[in-house]
Amino acid sequence: MNTLAMPTTASRPDFAAIAAWVRPCAKVLDLGCGDGSLLRFLRDARNVRGYGVEIDDANVLACFNNGVNVIQSDLESGLLSFESGSFDYVVLSQTLQAVKNTENIVKEMLRVSKEGIVSFPNFGYWKNRLQVMLGHMPVSETLPYQWFDTPNIHNCTLGDFEEFCRQHGARILERRVMNGDHPVTFLPNLLGMLAFYRFERQK
Amino acid sequence: MQDSSSIDIVVPQSVRFDKPLYLRSGAVLENYELVYETYGELNAAKSNAVLVCHALSGNHHLAGFYAGSPKSTGWWNNMIGAGKSIDTRKFFVMGVNNLGGCHGSTGPASINAKTGKCYGADFPMVTVEDWVETQIRLADHLGIEQFAAVAGGSLGGMQALQWTLDFPERVRHALVIAAAAKLTAQNIAFNDVARQAIITDQDFHGGDYYSHGVVPRRGLRLARMLGHITYLSDDAMAAKFGRELRNGALAFGFDVEFEIESYLRYQGDKFADQFDANTYLLMTKALDYFDPALQHNNDLSAAFRAAKANFLVLSFTTDWRFSPERSRAIVKSLLDNELNVSYAEISSSHGHDSFLMEDQHYHKLMRAYMDTVVI
Repeated sequence: MNTLAMPTTASRPDFAAIAAWVRPCAKVLDLGCGDGSLLRFLRDARNVRGYGVEIDDANVLACFNNGVNVIQSDLESGLLSFESGSFDYVVLSQTLQAVKNTENIVKEMLRVSKEGIVSFPNFGYWKNRLQVMLGHMPVSETLPYQWFDTPNIHNCTLGDFEEFCRQHGARILERRVMNGDHPVTFLPNLLGMLAFYRFERQK
Repeated sequence: MQDSSSIDIVVPQSVRFDKPLYLRSGAVLENYELVYETYGELNAAKSNAVLVCHALSGNHHLAGFYAGSPKSTGWWNNMIGAGKSIDTRKFFVMGVNNLGGCHGSTGPASINAKTGKCYGADFPMVTVEDWVETQIRLADHLGIEQFAAVAGGSLGGMQALQWTLDFPERVRHALVIAAAAKLTAQNIAFNDVARQAIITDQDFHGGDYYSHGVVPRRGLRLARMLGHITYLSDDAMAAKFGRELRNGALAFGFDVEFEIESYLRYQGDKFADQFDANTYLLMTKALDYFDPALQHNNDLSAAFRAAKANFLVLSFTTDWRFSPERSRAIVKSLLDNELNVSYAEISSSHGHDSFLMEDQHYHKLMRAYMDTVVI
């Protein structure tokens, strides 16, 4: 049915972290869904019904090969195809840092879904801080680009994102911070590489 | 254009239906014939059938060629065949000439048994709904309980949509390509100019030109020339013809000077030689009438409540006759009903005609989608 290799759960601990928050049989929208691997993982692990939104041609084709629903569209122009409150979860997996209009995307996530799940590379991770202190833009496992070719234009730290949520009507329900496969609880803004948040509209 | 993976010689078949067909217009056809072609083998479970619906000027001849006529390849030969995107090693593919057509199915040029003459102007208006009704009768005739997929581009895509509304249990996947859930005013306007070109041709004789031994050739030619302009994109025309001159210099006359004029006149002439003007009128009206949301207070999402199929919707960036926006409206109504749908907007310079063109990405998407269709 498909020709693409599916990353295993072990190789994508970020998928497992997101899946852990998603109720079985939920309706999920995955923004910037890439090749559809996460949606496929959620379908197989959580029996979710879902759609991905993706702009890149090669990724859209990969989604077809992965047998997941994908709508080719530009996130930046909003989520006009989706009715308010029509999803249980909207996921923005490692895409937040690459969008232009961050405020609008988060606003749209809160509109179309009961809950949002966001993951992003923590710019406050100590290796990133160290490189900046040594006079260079950071290049690391989660930020693998050079300053001149990076798509990541809106990097932030855990603290920044939490402040952003407070200011934009998003109430954080849960947070998870990872360093590779391991959860980080001690000094997460310093020791965490990847941050996950589950949030809802401020009531 | 033959290659080792293409279908070889095909032979059209036809079947006559004597059960009266009650048309949307209120008219009744007592009996009619449909001509169709099939490719590949129907499996024992009859679960691998794919119906391909044709557009305005298409017909049942989708792929392969006719014996002794190697140039007579079907209109979707680049898409359908062994090893192609719609793989006839997996699927049993069929094409039907729509009722009212001029390639073998009963149409205005057929003999009306009641009068012993050609139907001509007496042939009733047919709609997308009517066509789907005839197609289901053909499916019944062939013992096909459910199509694995119904596919089509443009007017063909409208038929695929209608299938999911009228017979939701009998179609598992709908492939809706370069289509729209209804025509815009601009689209209807283009169609009417085309119709006026035909109807005002002195040789039209109110549609009964057959008995006068003439055809409204000038009108049909103009209609096709106009249509052809709208099926291409400005960029595609500029790239292909630009302002190239046929004879290298301006002649200051009304004969062909620019290459584009030569091309359009050639296309118009070719079409006028092989297509029936009354069929052209009927097909454009069927396009104009298509509007499944109409009986749901213009709420397309409400119209699709009946649908159960999985959908693939494709549009092309330079298609301004059936623009991506029109496809996105279809997608929205499917999403509102939580139906499985994938949508891709294909970068192509060929305008509306893109759906007929060979394009690597487009064909890969089609193949990938058809691979997921379980038979």
